[in-house]
Amino acid sequence: MAPLARRVLAAARALTTPLLPEDFVSVWRPLRSKRAPGARVVDVRHETGDATTLLLRPGAPLPAHRPGQFVGLGVQVDGVWTWRSYSITSRPGDPLLAVTVTAVPGGLVSTRLAHGTRPGTLVRISEPAGDFTLPAATPEKLLFVTAGSGITPVMGMLRTLAATQPAVLEGAVHVHSDRTAADVVFGPELRAVAARTGLRLVERHTATAGRLDPDSLTDLVPDWAAREAWACGPTEMLDDLTDHWARAGDPAALHVERFRPPTWDDATGTGGRVTFAASGVSADAAEGQPLMAAGEAAGALLPAGCRMGICHTCVGPLRSGAVRDLITGDTHDTAGEAVRTCVSAPLGDVTIDL
Amino acid sequence: MPTRNGVADAHLTDEQIDALGEELDAIRAGVVDTLGEADAHYIRTVVRVQRGLEAGGRTLLLFSRVPAAWVAGTAALSVAKILENMELGHNILHGQWDWMRDPDIHSTTWEWDHASPSEMWKRSHNYEHHTFTNVRGKDRDLGYAIMRITPEQPWHPAYLLQPIYNLGLSAFFEWAIAIYDIEFDRVQEGTKSWDEAKAEMKTIWRKARKQLAKDYILFPLLSGRGAVSTLTANATAALVRNVWSHAVIFCGHFPDGVETFDEARLDGESRGQWYIRQLLGSANLTGGPLFHIMTGNLSHQIEHHLFPDVPSNRYHEIAPLVRDVCRRYGLPYSAGSLPRQYGTVLRRLARLAFPGGHKRYGGSPAPVRKLRPRTGVRLPPVTRRAA
Repeated sequence: MAPLARRVLAAARALTTPLLPEDFVSVWRPLRSKRAPGARVVDVRHETGDATTLLLRPGAPLPAHRPGQFVGLGVQVDGVWTWRSYSITSRPGDPLLAVTVTAVPGGLVSTRLAHGTRPGTLVRISEPAGDFTLPAATPEKLLFVTAGSGITPVMGMLRTLAATQPAVLEGAVHVHSDRTAADVVFGPELRAVAARTGLRLVERHTATAGRLDPDSLTDLVPDWAAREAWACGPTEMLDDLTDHWARAGDPAALHVERFRPPTWDDATGTGGRVTFAASGVSADAAEGQPLMAAGEAAGALLPAGCRMGICHTCVGPLRSGAVRDLITGDTHDTAGEAVRTCVSAPLGDVTIDL
Repeated sequence: MPTRNGVADAHLTDEQIDALGEELDAIRAGVVDTLGEADAHYIRTVVRVQRGLEAGGRTLLLFSRVPAAWVAGTAALSVAKILENMELGHNILHGQWDWMRDPDIHSTTWEWDHASPSEMWKRSHNYEHHTFTNVRGKDRDLGYAIMRITPEQPWHPAYLLQPIYNLGLSAFFEWAIAIYDIEFDRVQEGTKSWDEAKAEMKTIWRKARKQLAKDYILFPLLSGRGAVSTLTANATAALVRNVWSHAVIFCGHFPDGVETFDEARLDGESRGQWYIRQLLGSANLTGGPLFHIMTGNLSHQIEHHLFPDVPSNRYHEIAPLVRDVCRRYGLPYSAGSLPRQYGTVLRRLARLAFPGGHKRYGGSPAPVRKLRPRTGVRLPPVTRRAA
């Protein structure tokens, strides 16, 4: 920053202490807040019955994303700021940032966002994150396996590749499962991209053909083992694919995005009293309830990102007690060990330095 | 002879006290379960109004040489400072709005326009005062360590001056609270080290000097030839805020009808007994909606002490429920207008400046308004507690 601008800012701070100048500005211009960056929904596009694309203009420019990454969107549900992560479906450099939200049955946030968002709505937004991306040098033989809303991160990749290096899509294979042809999000665009670039698009309609399993995949794509693969969809499909690649292929060649927060219906922790030492908050976690969910319900303001065990924004060091990672099933009980609070459930009483 | 029960709750049995605790828990749950968008809208509106008044007032005061601008600017800034300390700062720092998970309005991120840094104040206020409310020897807020406000406190000739230094306390209330938070009394008795006190003084000074610079150097300088009149305007706004918050806060715990307690009361205190101590140790102020907001809803001191982390905008709706509980259990519910209550506070400070003092100041039952049981309500059986 130029020395003059820095001085002006310091002077403004001296006039607003103990608040910051932006605390005043953001009251009338919420998008200008640095503490809680926001974005305006400029346009809303209904893709299918339950999938909606939101076109967002962030108040301050976000760092450029890599295709396949997601952003967190924060919305107020009954007065409570509630965050979910959604894949970016626009290309880096597009004037507006697009995310595509699929209404999950019973999902408080996704349902409101997909069905209840009007242009002009303000949301809060976090920086793009996620490792489900293409490497800098695009592999020659690509395979995408997606199902349902799992199409979204791959759509971001396909749009970027089609625009910047369409040649790599020639010979690439995309296997997508959905209930019927009409349910396929971005269906017409996918088919157009395939026709234009030579991408081989295999649509599997599960209403008639049944769920995709590794055997049918190997039938559809005989040279699957020679390809670098990106897969996103329901947990069962990803589990099957992971097993298959571990058994018969190169596990390093399969990249998966588990796009669901962990569920804790089937208890995998015993619950217990969770103490957040730095926040000074204690909360009782139900059986299998992650530390973050318990802490937030008690009003703690905890570091949070994707809320599904991907981004590691929420990690904090254990001080005492043991937790189970709901995704890996591993137990962590070493003091000082960093655990992901969004997907770790306490096994008895736990203290964490957050 | 110290007893566990106070004077006003001596007639309640343990079972009745437990039942009362459950009723109050249910009142709290009724509010917490229904917090939502309307509450979030309320606090955001107060923030917006406060920031608008502050920005508008300070802008007007850049032209403070114009008498009308001085008056309007000082008024706006006074109201802004009162809202900022009371309806916003005090209540947000209590964690009343933490449920929104908004980093902009949260007890862990909020800093206020007050000499006492929020971290330090949260400890002395949220923990010590709200836990040990009106327990003599434990609640340092009882007389703020420099006043004799119950006849049980031993008299000292210095107290002869307390009606006078109460005026000073009122005028410089925010500074008094900051200094009080350092706990020089504990340093003197040896339970706190000098080094700790010195470190805290430094922390306060680091924050307070910025506040002082803003009000008494920077904004006056920005006003050019109006520097002196802006300085007097800012000092007036701070004075108004201090005198107002001192009055409201003293009316919360020190008017006639409020009980203080012996330390023995804390032994094995149940939830119900805790509630009763909060009830008997607090007094409400009566007034309209705007008055309640300007007191930071500390006019509902009783409800605030029962449920310190329930959002302040809800106190008015649970007040009738709490009052009804008091009536049914035969407990006093102390409430009066600000002039009336503040009058009794000043009278008490004057009387207790001298040795002795009537036991109505703190020990004895409050001058309870005769409460008629409502017909159709079954009263819980009231029996005298076994000795």
